[in-house]
Amino acid sequence: MKLIFERSVPGRRCSILPPCDVPETDLGEFGRTKELHLPEVSENDISRHYTELAKETHGVNDGQYPLGSCTMKYNPKINEYTASLPGFTGVHPLQPERTVQGCLKVLHTAEKLFGEITGMDAMTFEPAAGAHGEFTGLLLIKAYHDRRGDTKRTKIIVPDSAHGTNPASAVMAGFMVVNIPSTEDGLVDLDALRAAVGEDTAGLMLTNPNTVGLFDKNILTITQIVHEAGGLNYYDGANLNAVMGVARPGDMGFDVVHLNLHKTFSTPHGGGGPGSGPVGCKAFLKEYLPGAGVVQTPDGYCFAHHADSVGSVKAFYGNFLVVVKALTYILMLGREGIREASQNAVLNANYIRTGLADAYDMAYDETCMHEFVMSLEQEKHAIHVSAMDIAKSLLDYGIHPPTMYFPLIVHEALMVEPTETESKETLDELIHAFLEIHEKAKTDPAYVQSAPHTTAVKRLDEVQAARNPRLRYVFE
Amino acid sequence: MNFPKELKYSKSHEWVSYEQDGTVLIGITDYAQKELGDLVFVNLPEEGDGVTAGEALGDVESVKAVSDIYSPVTGTVAEINEELLDAPQKINEDPYGAWLIRVENVTDTEELLDADAYEAFTKEENQ
Amino acid sequence: MGSFISNTGSQQKEMLKKAGYADFDALFEGIPREVYLKDGVQIPSGLSELEVCEKMEETAAKNTVFRHVFRGAGSYRHYIPAIVKSVTAKEDFLTAYTPYQAEISQGNLQSIFEFQTMICELTGLDVANASVYDGATAAAESVFMCKERKRTKAYVSATTPPEVLAVMKTYCYGRNTELIVIPEKDGVTDLDALVLMMDGASAACLYLQQPNYYGILEDAGTIGRLVHEKGARFIMGCNPIALAVMKTPAECGADVAVGEGQPLGLSMGFGGPYLGFMAATKEMMRKLPGRIVGETTDSEGKRGFVLTLQAREQHIRREKAGSNICSNQALCAMTASVYLSAMGSAGLFEVAKLCTSKAHYLREELKKARLKPVYDKPFFHEFVTECPVPADTLLLRLEEKGYLGGLPLSGGRILWCATEMNTKTEMDALVQLVKEVASV
Repeated sequence: MKLIFERSVPGRRCSILPPCDVPETDLGEFGRTKELHLPEVSENDISRHYTELAKETHGVNDGQYPLGSCTMKYNPKINEYTASLPGFTGVHPLQPERTVQGCLKVLHTAEKLFGEITGMDAMTFEPAAGAHGEFTGLLLIKAYHDRRGDTKRTKIIVPDSAHGTNPASAVMAGFMVVNIPSTEDGLVDLDALRAAVGEDTAGLMLTNPNTVGLFDKNILTITQIVHEAGGLNYYDGANLNAVMGVARPGDMGFDVVHLNLHKTFSTPHGGGGPGSGPVGCKAFLKEYLPGAGVVQTPDGYCFAHHADSVGSVKAFYGNFLVVVKALTYILMLGREGIREASQNAVLNANYIRTGLADAYDMAYDETCMHEFVMSLEQEKHAIHVSAMDIAKSLLDYGIHPPTMYFPLIVHEALMVEPTETESKETLDELIHAFLEIHEKAKTDPAYVQSAPHTTAVKRLDEVQAARNPRLRYVFE
Repeated sequence: MNFPKELKYSKSHEWVSYEQDGTVLIGITDYAQKELGDLVFVNLPEEGDGVTAGEALGDVESVKAVSDIYSPVTGTVAEINEELLDAPQKINEDPYGAWLIRVENVTDTEELLDADAYEAFTKEENQ
Repeated sequence: MGSFISNTGSQQKEMLKKAGYADFDALFEGIPREVYLKDGVQIPSGLSELEVCEKMEETAAKNTVFRHVFRGAGSYRHYIPAIVKSVTAKEDFLTAYTPYQAEISQGNLQSIFEFQTMICELTGLDVANASVYDGATAAAESVFMCKERKRTKAYVSATTPPEVLAVMKTYCYGRNTELIVIPEKDGVTDLDALVLMMDGASAACLYLQQPNYYGILEDAGTIGRLVHEKGARFIMGCNPIALAVMKTPAECGADVAVGEGQPLGLSMGFGGPYLGFMAATKEMMRKLPGRIVGETTDSEGKRGFVLTLQAREQHIRREKAGSNICSNQALCAMTASVYLSAMGSAGLFEVAKLCTSKAHYLREELKKARLKPVYDKPFFHEFVTECPVPADTLLLRLEEKGYLGGLPLSGGRILWCATEMNTKTEMDALVQLVKEVASV
């Protein structure tokens, strides 16, 4: 595929702007002297260019996308419609409150609904993504200890099965990270946790169901251990799709949560964002939340600034239009629909798990939640076919591969999350593809090792890319 | 796999070469580079920094992993092998030629293995 | 109740049976009974698409969308070419995840590579990342690119927009980093104070907004030189449209350039989603946070693109990563790319020039309505005026007539903005309204 710059023809352009109707001014000595290369293309060129790029981009609309931990469910079109209403898109963020009552209503309603779903008392929509939410939530924990003068609480406990963002976020919030091991059955090691907590414990970060797809049955004991040590409990909402309307972090002993609206609440992921990572908290942390909340008064909605805020984590009010999409989704699903979504997410995962269990080695051979992890370690040793080879083979079936090599505690891991919106037919296709690849790996390992065979490009040389980074097009 | 006799080895897979001028060269072993795969970058300390036996002195990156390199000695960094910053593949190509840092004023050294003992240790670890 | 589940009730039953479960409750037996909700949560029942559609339209209609906008201050109304929305609405782009599987993500990866190139071109710097959340978080992240063991203090000019400064402060609170504000003088960074306050031994960086919060073009070249004399890094936060006509960060000696990409084809949208862009010199390449796409070849020698330099990132380096960012604003970055392609160099130059010309015209006309400019400095498309009557009174009157006037600042001042969207007729009408109020 040509780069847009390679389609450029000097002098070619689109007709967009009117002539200037006032005297012209330029910036004189502050003016740019360096040449600027942007594409010189017609609208037709642009349209065809991006259509070509779209054809080489696999989205949920192109086929199933069982990418573990990412909740690649179908993204309803109504979300896009409501978020593109001019009444939302045309609003300046610094308009007077009386002129943005609709926007404030969206934030207020969303806070109430997501608060009830998570069992939290207050929420901020400033964070733009899950990792951003983690950072924000940890700042609440930091502020809580700081304001109490409890300055020795400098450590955040993170299980070794956690997403990499957890330890990275903890460091950004000024904490040291204490990694604790998981038990053989994939749960938090209670003895290790008891040994790790103490007067220096600021809090614990946990995903539940965890990253191997299991609901930690000891959750109440875990959060209690941390509370008794004086720490707070942080819920990483990456896996909330398993338990919406089924169980609430707030009832499990968590004090702070973040949600991933671009995962659980169906706002699309956009090829890497924009997401939205709202943070909810219990009432005692509310005044530390970033920026302002929205309150309803007899005169309408207005902002109410948090008295002891940790400060803003993003300009204005977060990825507002993404919140509009998530709210649209929740209004449609409602009380029954969110529970049904989680039930079917879990059913679909178990349907695949049981369909594959005879051929593949399940890392934890028990009922999973919305996702499960398989290990290709045996195949890797016996026939030199790796998790990566199996994953790449799925590409030839038009299926996006599962998450590979995560969590780190399972060797040669493949993490499969089908989501609730896949039908029995597509799930059967996935099972069939997995089984066929497994057979092929035994009879013709070389074929599997060199997959994919039908994609626009073959396996790419990542070593070359990292050793000699070429990160931009160079103009002659 | 290559285990030169004249070098000493740490259990964390670094090699140590005692130079005639009293300084010490540190690198990673042939075994280590094979385990790590194609290296794409090295993070080294700066000249003048202190290093401590048993603590990380820097790290090496492959495409999908990063691994700490532990200093087998305590001392001061006299020189870093700047060539590696642009050509980390030299560690894969010639692990015993591609030293990472030169250390002077060595005050402490962790317990090191000779070539035979290290070779035996790697075999054990591989099982 | 709305639902997007494909399987019918009988299919669900069949699947439960095949997987070995009596019912849905059996699937959730692993959840302790103390936290298992038998009846779900207490939110309203679901609605049909039609009902939700009407509800959301009704909510949107409660907002005022101003026909005439003269307010900027971090969010700008520009023309968005039709092609921009048509491209970014493509479902493949919309519904893809981060391009982990390069073989089926070449379109997405290539578009990021093109975006990186355009940001390098705008800033004049060597490398750019795939984007961060917004201009304010880009500014905050850039501080930590510059922090070193011995250089730990961050400096920022007081002429930085308050939203950006607030986020920088929060990030610095997080990492226990000292952030020192260099005061302003006559609407620009006080250079004497800068020289006096920056500590040559411990200064990590200085952040300068260009044009600054008041729309004024700072003497960035001189500031860059002074910052480098202190041994610190120079970070510039830039308006990307202004970059078409103003000296590039590279020309001003910046080590890092960041900015808010919203003006590049993104709607104001009550503040988001926007787009943070980040570029740096080659020397600082590995300090850039977040995703970066690089060019390489496949096993048959064909050109292709991959996520690269990943060992910097949180999923590999975990607690030692420079940042925790993973999802960024990919679709917004694509929006900017399409916008910049539609405008081209000549078009972007024209937008910038229209903005400058209109803002200068408006400033002169407002003078006639007794709104005296506060500063006499070169500016891009924003400027501050005094107001002879209470600013709120004037702005409310404008609001009633469908005009979103400038942003009220402290001291009764107003920060105005004009873009290519504002016509002469519209500006003349605005001035007429101002005259009516301000001459009372």
